[in-house]
Amino acid sequence: MSTAGRDAIQAKGWLRAHKWLLLRRASQLSILALFLLGPLAGVWIVKGNLSFSYTLDVLPLTDPFVLLQSLLTRHLPETKAFVGVAVVLVFYALVGGRVFCSWACPVNMVTDAAAWLRSRLGIKGGAHISRKTRYWILAMTLVLAAATGTLAWELVNPVSIFHRGLIFGLGAAWAVILAIFLLELFVMQDGWCGRLCPMGAFYGLLGRVSLFRPAAIRRSACNDCMDCFVVCPEPQVIRPALKGVEGAGPVILAGNCTNCGRCIDVCAKDVFAFGTRFGNKVEKVSPPASTMSPAA
Amino acid sequence: MDSTTPKAPAASKARRQFLFESARVACGVGLLGLGIGLYAKQAKALPPLAVRPPGALKEADFLGACIRCGLCVRDCPYDILSLARPEEPVATGTPYFVARQLPCEMCEDIPCIKACPTGALDHKLTDINKAKMGLAVLVDQENCLNFLGLRCDICYRVCPVIDKAITLEQQLNARTGKHALFIPVVHSDACTGCGKCEKACPLEVAAIKVYPTELAKGEPGKHYRLGWVEQQKAGGSLVAPDAPHQYNLPEGLRYESGKGLLPNEAPPAAPGAQPAVPRALQGGKL
Repeated sequence: MSTAGRDAIQAKGWLRAHKWLLLRRASQLSILALFLLGPLAGVWIVKGNLSFSYTLDVLPLTDPFVLLQSLLTRHLPETKAFVGVAVVLVFYALVGGRVFCSWACPVNMVTDAAAWLRSRLGIKGGAHISRKTRYWILAMTLVLAAATGTLAWELVNPVSIFHRGLIFGLGAAWAVILAIFLLELFVMQDGWCGRLCPMGAFYGLLGRVSLFRPAAIRRSACNDCMDCFVVCPEPQVIRPALKGVEGAGPVILAGNCTNCGRCIDVCAKDVFAFGTRFGNKVEKVSPPASTMSPAA
Repeated sequence: MDSTTPKAPAASKARRQFLFESARVACGVGLLGLGIGLYAKQAKALPPLAVRPPGALKEADFLGACIRCGLCVRDCPYDILSLARPEEPVATGTPYFVARQLPCEMCEDIPCIKACPTGALDHKLTDINKAKMGLAVLVDQENCLNFLGLRCDICYRVCPVIDKAITLEQQLNARTGKHALFIPVVHSDACTGCGKCEKACPLEVAAIKVYPTELAKGEPGKHYRLGWVEQQKAGGSLVAPDAPHQYNLPEGLRYESGKGLLPNEAPPAAPGAQPAVPRALQGGKL
């Protein structure tokens, strides 16, 4: 079992060492609750699902990835869908592209549960495929939409199937979700969200320009405990910012950072904090070359 | 030279590895894409009993336009629509209804179309009576009660476009020889495909069913013209002028439509002239 976060709990207490994780779960569950309030309790605040939703009959929100597929089938949607996509694009360009993945997407709770169980059971290794695979899959889904003239990926997309299933009736969607859980548990770590999911890849590309970013603002205090690397779903994004590779500033600029904040929680030395991409000034202090570990 | 020789194979090895790695991922993803593409092709076939909501684009276009948000489902006041679940034979997540279970109530303000953010349900459709969700077909002429000579008439009575979409056409009941059959006939120009007739059919399995229009309708060859229609359009015969019909009749007799053979004592006078005796009486004399 992993001991990541033990130091942080000792230093900051359990609550502060789980602050962002708890906020994130609260966000995921309340978004789901808003969608479920209609069908379960008849309180229609939000209608629809993550592909498109309509809040209080004024605010449209459109999933840009599904709309892009639809545009590639050479269909022009109504204005409402375009307004919805503009709102979503601006929002994620501000808060971070993959904030969708870690703060809204229901599959994250499934893969996080599997990752937690994987670490409890001490399951190591498994199949390894490149984290770049998701871009190939993203390209494939777009080519498929253009070639078949249908939203082919949406026939099998586990993310939309799961969310739609929770709201409109699960049917066999449970099997799709079980498959994702088992993939994550036994087959590969960060398999779905970190290597395969084209929605994540899409939001990752959007995240390359996003405003809010975590930063290793006190990176000189890093004691190389490696806990942040253990809990991070995209550990490759940490090293440049934390270690100042090739003169990099402390802000984590990589688009694939999901802004989940686990690195902030888990660091006993409070190295990380949320900030903006413009706070990326390299300190005068020379990079801590002595503590630089080649294993990182 | 010595310093570069060991480096060159290393670089080429790295390049080879990169190429192989890329090829591996590309082929894997390509196979996945092929699988999904073939599945998508199959999923284009909408099963005949699933009916799309009013204003739905043609199925091939609909599957690219509908983003599966379910707002049409939510805004349907009668809850007849549902989104296809992964195990159902309709493209996952797309809206449909089954007429035999719950037919479309044909709301005048068509809320499902208004709710659609993409135009997969065409916003140009504003009159629900012009909807073409499908076409009712009296499939089973052996079990339809009206075909058996009974006055069921239910499909005719429940039709929201009564006397336009379904009419009752009289025929002789050949079994009794003296009664009439009232045959329900669907007219494709008026039928909206709402499915009320299918829902209401009292048989165990409905004799009248709503089918996708392209499945239900025949179509003549593009070159085919109906002579009488063309003639009416042109205001007269387009080829040789119509010749009076001639029969090879026994001498002294003539034939009149609806009256039969008549004695020829009053030979067909100049056109326009009235016969001296009414024709009915002439017939009686024969």
